[in-house]
Amino acid sequence: MEDVLDPPIIKERNIFSVVVNKFNQLLVEEKPLELAQLREEAVKFLDNGGGKGEEACSYCLGKRNSDSSDNPEKAVISLKNDRETDYKVYIAVQNELVAAYNDLRDREFTRLFPNESMSFVEANKKYSDPRTSPDEKSRLNPKLGEIKLMYPQKLSEAEPSKTN
Amino acid sequence: MSKFKKKKGGELPAISTASLPDIVFMLLFFFMVATVMRDSTLMVKNQLPAADQIQKLDKKDRVMYIYAGEPSSRYTDKYGTQARIQLNDKFATVSEVGAFVLSERASKRQELQNVLTTSLKVDGDTKMGLITDIKQELRKVNALKLNYTTRVGDYSQNID
Repeated sequence: MEDVLDPPIIKERNIFSVVVNKFNQLLVEEKPLELAQLREEAVKFLDNGGGKGEEACSYCLGKRNSDSSDNPEKAVISLKNDRETDYKVYIAVQNELVAAYNDLRDREFTRLFPNESMSFVEANKKYSDPRTSPDEKSRLNPKLGEIKLMYPQKLSEAEPSKTN
Repeated sequence: MSKFKKKKGGELPAISTASLPDIVFMLLFFFMVATVMRDSTLMVKNQLPAADQIQKLDKKDRVMYIYAGEPSSRYTDKYGTQARIQLNDKFATVSEVGAFVLSERASKRQELQNVLTTSLKVDGDTKMGLITDIKQELRKVNALKLNYTTRVGDYSQNID
């Protein structure tokens, strides 16, 4: 913890930048965007799968655009707020970004484990419910872990900018 | 003369008090059962933001709460309308958050001390600056598990 590590080098195309200004407006990948479209854009980015060879993503259904993320493993969402941003807008943005991950995880969960007849979110809720039996939990755990590895939640929050 | 005497009007018989203890006990038990202890009174406005991608916190004993928001109307003449932090029952500054977390941590059982979650119950209209300051303080005392408490609802309710 104490040693200062060099920040890892992340390629520009693997970063999905979301900036919220003090008027609660969104700037996503250098372009203004409405909050309603954020989830869709985030899914597009995460699911792009533009990598080649070892970095290819076999389960991604995106456009495989070479300017967007290589694979979900490498894709990082970077969120930056202004100090004057409203908390409720921040929560709304967080909510949409988490929703994007959940949508993708749901999709893969129902594809890989159709016999479960529930979505990732439902399975996760069942797993964290204290009433669920330990047998059921140990059965669900590896499945949830597998999906989480396919779409790891990589949300980075930058220090907020000072308002001038 | 007549066989049936007329009853004297006006005087009511005394009410029987035999059932009074029953009633008192019924009320006592009702309030004993129905009362919930509230651990801290809110002194700030606390209109939580809405979200739908949420998870329940099931283990209440490992959670400590930090409230923030504008002081409620009773306190505005004393504390103004600038958003403030509330820890337990009093207003606090950002620099007191670290000490609060450490004292809360010390008050928990040993095995829970490393798994504590900090729950932020923050009013939706608060500016992110205050929340960032709180988060910086939490990072200093290594309280890295953070939870944002919201109410259930669609995100669009957050945008006016």
